[in-house]
Amino acid sequence: MKRNFLLVFLVTLVGLIYVGRLFYLQVIIGGNKNPINSATVKIEYDYPERGYIYDRNNKLVVANQISYDVMIVPKEVKTLDTLEFCSLLKISKEKFLTKIRKFKNPKKYPPWLPDVFIKQVAKEDFAYLQEKLHKFDGFFIQKKIIRNYPMKSSANILGYLGEVNEREAKKSHYYSNRDLIGRWGVEKYYEKDLRGVKGRKHFKRDNLNRITGTYKDGKFDTLAVSGKDLMLTIDSDLQKYGELLMTGKRGGIVAIEPSSGEILALVTAPSYDPNLMVGRKRSANSVKLFGDSINNPTYDRGLQGAYSPGSPFKIINGLIGLQEGVIDKNTSVYCYGGYQYGKRKHEFMKCHCGIYGRPIKLKTAIAKSCNSYFSETYRKIINKPNNTKIGFENWSNQVKSFGLGNFLGYDLPVGQKGLVPNTKFYDDRYNFGWRATTNISNAIGQGEILTTPIQLANATAAIANKGFYYTPHIVKKIDNQTINNEKFITKRNTSIEAKHFPEVIEAMHEVFKTGTGKYSQIKGIDICGKTGTVENFTRINGEKIQLKDHSILIAFAPKDNPKIAMAVFVENGGYGSTIAAPITSLMIEKYLTNAISRKNIEERMINLSLQNEYDKLILKKDSIAPTTE
Amino acid sequence: MRRQQNNIFANIDWFLVLLFFSLVIFGWINIYAASSTNSDGSILNFSTRYGKQLIFIILTIPLIILILFLNSKFYEQFSSLLYLFSILLLAGVLVFGKKINGATSWYNFGGIGLQPSEFAKAFTALALAKLMSDRQYNLKLIKNQIKAFVIIFLPGFFIALQPDMGSVLIYFSFFFVLNREGLTLRYFTLGVTTIVLFLLTVYFGTTWVLVSSLVLITIIILYISYKNKQFIRFNWPIVLATYVALILFIAGVGYAYTNILKQHQKDRFDVLVGKIEDNSGIGYNTYQSEQTIKSGGFLGKGFLQGDRTQGNFVPEQDTDYIFSTVSEEWGFMGSSLVIILFMVLLYRIIYLSEKQTNKFSRIYGYGLVSILFFHVVVNIGMVIGLLPTIGIPLPFFSYGGSSLWGFTLLLFIFIRLDAHKKYDY
Repeated sequence: MKRNFLLVFLVTLVGLIYVGRLFYLQVIIGGNKNPINSATVKIEYDYPERGYIYDRNNKLVVANQISYDVMIVPKEVKTLDTLEFCSLLKISKEKFLTKIRKFKNPKKYPPWLPDVFIKQVAKEDFAYLQEKLHKFDGFFIQKKIIRNYPMKSSANILGYLGEVNEREAKKSHYYSNRDLIGRWGVEKYYEKDLRGVKGRKHFKRDNLNRITGTYKDGKFDTLAVSGKDLMLTIDSDLQKYGELLMTGKRGGIVAIEPSSGEILALVTAPSYDPNLMVGRKRSANSVKLFGDSINNPTYDRGLQGAYSPGSPFKIINGLIGLQEGVIDKNTSVYCYGGYQYGKRKHEFMKCHCGIYGRPIKLKTAIAKSCNSYFSETYRKIINKPNNTKIGFENWSNQVKSFGLGNFLGYDLPVGQKGLVPNTKFYDDRYNFGWRATTNISNAIGQGEILTTPIQLANATAAIANKGFYYTPHIVKKIDNQTINNEKFITKRNTSIEAKHFPEVIEAMHEVFKTGTGKYSQIKGIDICGKTGTVENFTRINGEKIQLKDHSILIAFAPKDNPKIAMAVFVENGGYGSTIAAPITSLMIEKYLTNAISRKNIEERMINLSLQNEYDKLILKKDSIAPTTE
Repeated sequence: MRRQQNNIFANIDWFLVLLFFSLVIFGWINIYAASSTNSDGSILNFSTRYGKQLIFIILTIPLIILILFLNSKFYEQFSSLLYLFSILLLAGVLVFGKKINGATSWYNFGGIGLQPSEFAKAFTALALAKLMSDRQYNLKLIKNQIKAFVIIFLPGFFIALQPDMGSVLIYFSFFFVLNREGLTLRYFTLGVTTIVLFLLTVYFGTTWVLVSSLVLITIIILYISYKNKQFIRFNWPIVLATYVALILFIAGVGYAYTNILKQHQKDRFDVLVGKIEDNSGIGYNTYQSEQTIKSGGFLGKGFLQGDRTQGNFVPEQDTDYIFSTVSEEWGFMGSSLVIILFMVLLYRIIYLSEKQTNKFSRIYGYGLVSILFFHVVVNIGMVIGLLPTIGIPLPFFSYGGSSLWGFTLLLFIFIRLDAHKKYDY
């Protein structure tokens, strides 16, 4: 009887091994992780129309056009009549062969995944292609929606569409390889609203890649959902006008409606025609635009350019002084061509206010941009609690309450924090004790502090509103519904009480009546503003070299019930009053009256080119981003 | 005896019959799934594979009745004649047969193909049982051993000429019968060692295996000599012979592998031992089969819901690879159930064989269980990627009339013999 155990033993052993193997294959490493298997199910996509984009006056800014791509499924390609195929697609044989060879690499191009073979064939070729292409296995035509930018401006706001690459497609649950996706601006930020949802149809396929019917009776199929239309807060006329005025200059203009935080214009210069990033030339143009490290047309100076704010920052210091009670409107400071902030001779800040030895009050100090007055005020603010650190932290927090020194939270994908130093910043920088006079330049916006034009425009809107602002935003309506994003409809208060503003606003009005902006005033419109001239330096081999000053200005108008608040920044433009002020006043006039009365100024501004300055810059230095100081 | 003639179903083992029908019906369900890709819905469409298989299944019933109708003594008395008849058929097919897929294995009777090798198994088992159940027969004698080997390998010889190497391998399974009847494990050990050494040589190369096996055997001999000082003195010829045989075998395998085996034969081994990874050429079958099994998961995708089965991703899926259909559509639950069913079937036959008082019935039972076991092990092992690609069908499951009837014949002769034993006191 003993021997029959051999078979019993073997049957048991093999049975256990086989069940174990099946358990390993089917339960441990197998299973239905993704029921839709790419080998057995073919997915066809139906791309919906991408949402249109309009400006605040309902002018069409971005539209769609249909494009046809010739797609390839490398695995399905059979031997074909190369000559006929090439003439059909209007490509050379060499190009065809290089492309085919490229797709023969299964590591880079999975053989069963469709990929673009020829991008965006001409519309007039489509019908003919459609008819002939079925002869060639492994090729088909995919309809895609691409963009069309009738306005030919605002590239920085609108952005562009790029293609999803394989790595992104793998990580994503929605996108497949080579799908279009918003890459910059509104196209990126509102991608989910604009794109809609593409429809999916599933088909069963067999080992020879033949479609054998719908998969599970269309249980997983979905219908395409059209993208939502957007209405921007941008006034496209104002935007285009701003771009026109910035011809030949570098810098940014940001205009905001103070009562809502809506961005009326967001100009960066130089920029480019957004249509360059559409169509077959897209990748070539993209290399050109992104590779231009001299002009940086893809750098949004309005959002990303962090500069010293210069004199306009004195307004904020004045307001903090009033709020802290260290000054009032009658407080006087004497200026003797500058401010001696230390005992040593070099501890002296020059001033060009031109009022020598007479008492200067707040209003005059702002109108004449007196350095001494604000240095004294700054020192008083910092020293008020008899503790530099507490005083400085308080000052820093109040500055930040204007939305400076951090991302504002607007609905565009790029930005800069800027810099509002706090106590820790100086503790880290100086290993000795520091005092208000150590960073006295902060008083006049020339210290460590850095702001972006949109932050300045927003702070200006807060001043125009007498103490509050709404987070700036660029989209007004989605799918005809006014946005109700908490972020954009919440009133944000500054640390300054409303009662302190009228005096400052009067002073800013004075700037355009009698001060640095008087040559840019417009009859019938009360503009309030503050010019600035920002020193800037660069380093070449460690040597500090002074460059031509940046021209800067903040303003709002009209004085009562303000409709527009703006910040203008022109790199190396010189005095604020010579370039930034006329540009601001033209923009305000355009927006408020929709007409330009001072054609000569307009013409001068459009034709003014700073190219010579920028060329000098290239000669002077090899790096492009100026280190401002 | 009298009662038996009145009722041919008297005393038959209904449990085996139940297992038979369970396997056949579940097999047909899977053949339906694997061959009805463009499902036209009609079960009784006889131009389809599943339609034909249904006819084959229905035709097993008259076959079963015929087998049960005959007296069990008939099988004992006519075993030699039936064996000779099958040898003639095997020889004849080489002359009159039809060549399909490179092998002359089929008789063609007006569109109906018959594969004699599928029936030869049953008759060989009968003949072997007849030979060894003789009172005079003593397996210890080399002469008798050779007689048994001739009966076993004569059909194998003709099948090898077709050539259908998969079916030839089946005849090695009769070793289990010989073992049960007293043949020592020596042959078995020798066989297993041979196979293991062969695979190791293919995988690691001649030199490595030669060196390490010589080292190993030396250590073993030194150990034995240490325990038993007289060992070398009395056994030196055996020790010497072992060394010579080892060197000759490994060197021979290495030589044969590189110089004699054809490329496609080498490839099969290389894919199996994982030396080459090839998912499109020779490894395609195994790769697709494994992917299909994996995709089934624990519960499976459901009847006719296996998208890899429906898409014909696995070649030969209704014949040799039918088990992958089970795995995909019925999951781990279904596939392990099939294995358990086969295990129960095998246990049951072993149990019943051991209970036979008649030596002939017992030996036949062992022949049956050996053949079934070998088929199941080789077929499923291949499908789940544990054994090389050897094309033999899964009993009762795979599509094909000859195969189904061959196994029906094998099983029901045993059921007939078993039913008889109850009156044989």
